Amino acid sequence: MGSGHSSHLHVDGDTPLHRLPPHVKLLALLTFVLAVVAVPSPAHGVLLGLLLLAVALLATTRVAPRHLAPRLAVETPFAIFALVLPFVATGPRVELGPLTVSEPGLAAAVALLLKGTTGVVAAVAFAVTTRPRDLVRALQHLRVPDPLVLIASFMVRYVDVVADQLRRMRVARLSRGFSGRSVRSWPVLAAGTGALFIRSYERGERVHLAMVSRGWNGRMPVTHPLTATRGQWALAALPTLVAVAAAIGARLSS
Amino acid sequence: MTTPVLDLHHVAYAYPGGHQALFGVDLHVHPGESVALLGPNGAGKTTLVLHLNGVLRPGHGSVHVSGLPVTEDTLLEVRRRVGIVFQDPDDQLFMPTVRDDVAFGPANLGLRGAELDARVVEALEAVGVADLADRAPHHLSFGQRRRVAIATVLAMRPEILVLDEPSSNLDPTSRRELAEILRSLRTTILMVTHDLPYAVELCERSVVLSEGTVVADGPTRTVLADEDLMRAHRLELPVGFAI
Repeated sequence: MGSGHSSHLHVDGDTPLHRLPPHVKLLALLTFVLAVVAVPSPAHGVLLGLLLLAVALLATTRVAPRHLAPRLAVETPFAIFALVLPFVATGPRVELGPLTVSEPGLAAAVALLLKGTTGVVAAVAFAVTTRPRDLVRALQHLRVPDPLVLIASFMVRYVDVVADQLRRMRVARLSRGFSGRSVRSWPVLAAGTGALFIRSYERGERVHLAMVSRGWNGRMPVTHPLTATRGQWALAALPTLVAVAAAIGARLSS
Repeated sequence: MTTPVLDLHHVAYAYPGGHQALFGVDLHVHPGESVALLGPNGAGKTTLVLHLNGVLRPGHGSVHVSGLPVTEDTLLEVRRRVGIVFQDPDDQLFMPTVRDDVAFGPANLGLRGAELDARVVEALEAVGVADLADRAPHHLSFGQRRRVAIATVLAMRPEILVLDEPSSNLDPTSRRELAEILRSLRTTILMVTHDLPYAVELCERSVVLSEGTVVADGPTRTVLADEDLMRAHRLELPVGFAI
């Protein structure tokens, strides 16, 4: 069966970020990112400072850079967009070495890159230190509606099962001489997607049956409630406070 | 005579589409028994199993679990008493970790804290996989997942364990190991299976269900030795296997 192929984000460790309760971390991440977004875009120096803060936080997780690199790649589309921006934006032009680019475009690109990277770095710092199961518990603790928590939890659990099914269907197609290279193969791929959907739906029904058979009554039981000390809250609030102060400072001085 | 753990009286059921799956089934299982429920594909075995914990309710007849009638008000207690292990462990194991999954049933019954933790460990130890508690179900081998699926039900301390095709998809070693585990459990067992040698090995009594009715009920060896009965209901022992 297909196991071990999935790129799990979490990396075991025993650092301050690993030890923080997941709901505390999740709230801290959310407020930190909101504060970073609230910094005025021209304040490049402030944004660079916050990026360095996020990188420092990521460094405290002591996760190897070669493990982090693929996780940071999620930013690539935004980075490409930011790189194109100075060339396609309008407004006054400036010389940049041999190139002539749009000045507001360049400023927007730098701000976008800085904000985007800060957000991704902070999110990766959260993801590598938080087990998927704890993320689900944090959502539950923060009173996110049960259906949403269940959807997240089932996605964590069944993404591999569905991916495995998809792979088996692909192998079965290839084994009967199918090649998906031309437009004519699209109906086959569409039918395969439909079959996968129906199989997943039927699995959902069977899982529901198994849940009902073990006394499920529509609410997920909270077996081990999360707790946090004041010290943990204070520690988690530090980066957010720095970012909020930076955002206010930059707004006042701009 | 003891009160039967399972007492089905004239149970008939038709699906909403009109297909009638059960035509008046009578079945009694007493405490301590291991009973095999045999029958060809489409005999109504799964439909029958879903009646045992009230997922389906009979159109006619009645189901009692240790004397308790299966009604809307008794569902939670019935589901605690009757533990069903489904065929595909991926359907049974839906939580992110093995520990959470085994805790799911007893937590629904209201257990919390140390009592819940102890129940989880007890169930995992009963099937010999206590070391897997913090693993994710999709990282386990098929045999391990089948065992954990049984633990999820044992954690509710059921009075009867209902297993749907427990030996399917297992390699010979896992199949034998599972048989040893099932024999070691001190629970009443109803085993739905096509694996007739497994029935001989584990169950002293067999019930044959065919086209929605019970056509045979007796000692497993006697039932399986009746060649005419077996042939009439599409049941065959593997080549080279003799009773």
